[in-house]
Amino acid sequence: MSAAPLVATRGLRKHFPVRGGVLRRAQAWVRAVDDVSFDVKPGETLGIVGESGCGKSTLARLILRLVEPDAGSVWFDGEDMLRVLPGRMKRLRRDMQLVFQDPYASLNPRLTVEDAVAFSLLVHGAGRADARGKARALLGRVGLDPRLYGRRYPHELSGGQRQRVNIARALVLDPKLLVLDEPVSALDKSVQAQVLNLLLELKVDRELTYVFISHDLNVIEYVSDRVLVMYLGQVVESGTADALAEAPKHPYTQALFASAPSMDPDRRMERPPITGDPPNPIDPPSGCRFRTRCAFAMPQCAVAAPPPVTVAAGHDVACYLYEAATAVTA
Amino acid sequence: MSVIALPQELSIVGTAPMSYWRTVAWRLSRDRATLVAGTLLLLIALSAVLAPWIAPHDPSAGAIRLRLAAVGTPTHVLGTDEQGRDMLSRLLWGGRMTLVAGLTPVVVAFLVGTVLGVIAGYTGGLVNTLVMRTMDIFYAFPAVLLAIAISGALGPGLPNTLISLSIVFIPRVVRVAESATVQVKGLEYVAAAKASGASVWQILRHHLLANVLGPVLVFASTQVSLSIILAAGLSFLGLGVTPPAAEWGLMLNTLRQSIYVNAVVPALPGLAIFVTSMAFNLVSDGLRDAMEIRT
Repeated sequence: MSAAPLVATRGLRKHFPVRGGVLRRAQAWVRAVDDVSFDVKPGETLGIVGESGCGKSTLARLILRLVEPDAGSVWFDGEDMLRVLPGRMKRLRRDMQLVFQDPYASLNPRLTVEDAVAFSLLVHGAGRADARGKARALLGRVGLDPRLYGRRYPHELSGGQRQRVNIARALVLDPKLLVLDEPVSALDKSVQAQVLNLLLELKVDRELTYVFISHDLNVIEYVSDRVLVMYLGQVVESGTADALAEAPKHPYTQALFASAPSMDPDRRMERPPITGDPPNPIDPPSGCRFRTRCAFAMPQCAVAAPPPVTVAAGHDVACYLYEAATAVTA
Repeated sequence: MSVIALPQELSIVGTAPMSYWRTVAWRLSRDRATLVAGTLLLLIALSAVLAPWIAPHDPSAGAIRLRLAAVGTPTHVLGTDEQGRDMLSRLLWGGRMTLVAGLTPVVVAFLVGTVLGVIAGYTGGLVNTLVMRTMDIFYAFPAVLLAIAISGALGPGLPNTLISLSIVFIPRVVRVAESATVQVKGLEYVAAAKASGASVWQILRHHLLANVLGPVLVFASTQVSLSIILAAGLSFLGLGVTPPAAEWGLMLNTLRQSIYVNAVVPALPGLAIFVTSMAFNLVSDGLRDAMEIRT
């Protein structure tokens, strides 16, 4: 546990302008990610879970510096990513790769599968034949026979096959960190399982560290060591996957677990644990952002956002319920 | 759109599929309307190129005594115009002018417009606003009006016609190129390229242009027929090619009073314009279908 983190973020913030009017001035700001800090230790899988629109994908892009943050810092392997020179940044990019959600938009329709995978190697100065050979080997590793699929175009492949190509493309540079942004959400259940198992195998084989983003709690529980629960751009709870599954603390986490479909026929749901849509991130509620949908909302929730409280080792919750609880026991 | 089977679907699993351009050629080869229109275009282009050799008469030598001869006159198969000049020769020579005036502005607009549009779309922000709002100024005028205004300011003659028509078409191409660029730029494969450390130039070359050029090319091809008509229109108004040179629009103008004497002969240049622009339209339609990218 004491190993230096591979990725560390501190106070990350990204607000997107909503432009309008003749001069296209910012009329409002979407608070996609607001003050998010976490560590990813080498070799672990950090799951990030939350409803759509909670800023998960923006967070993924912030970690990889595909989007510049408005505030905060990202450290990768001890280096401040926002301060490194462009040349060093290009070198660092080899160590961190991204797998995208949409298997359709994530592959260039005009490149064959092996060229799509080989492209990253060419960017880093590999020879054409060398790059293609490596790409073909990796396609084989992710379960696509390069003799059958190497020269094919993305439109000739199924969603699951494309996602394998995406994974091969991300791995071809031999990264240390893989950020997986909803890698299986667009796939059928049976294909999901195959791709997930492939990802778990690859992780062991290549000693990878994963940041795994999903809205699907079952998937997150299956793959993650630790889990971050996000709500409207903020982390509301973080802890080990087991701790969160057994004793979720934050009302939002509890509601998420309660609404995940269960395989147990005796666990029927009488009514939905949370109702309605998340509030608009353009103008989030004051104080705790979850208070408008929270069954335990108190007057102080509207005043200021609750700071994270450590309820057990490595288990943090941002909720006033637990500040009170720790105060009583202390 | 007719259902076009993919060649890959016919191939045995394991054989190498066709490259993109071979696929396009394969699809075109089974599109009959496009093939017919394409052949027609080829013939028109060929006759224009070969006009000096195949024209039976000097296009500007008239015979006062043989004015407005009917179609089918033994020495003048397509009759003669109001000055007794051979219509067939003039149509062949006129085709040269019309094709040059139709194609050049579109080619120029394709090159300039794509560069501007891709820069505006990829850079975004202030550059985008500057480029696109400038294009909007040109867009505010109807094409015909703009062409007439610019040609009027520059004066008649073929070079000025080409300049004014290029200015008419550049903003259109910029718009298409810009919107295609913005759309492709937002796709995840561009983000993936960025994440792998690719430079702007590498992304533009391998990911963006390959996916933007197709739609822009198809759009540009639809503009050729309009360009032909506008060029002919400018000559008709006396702002384009100047007499005695033969050009279809100009011929239409000089023959228009003769329509009461002989209705068929004055209609010939109009027919030529119609057939040529129609053929360009059909070919560009076929091109659009054949170049469709499956995702």
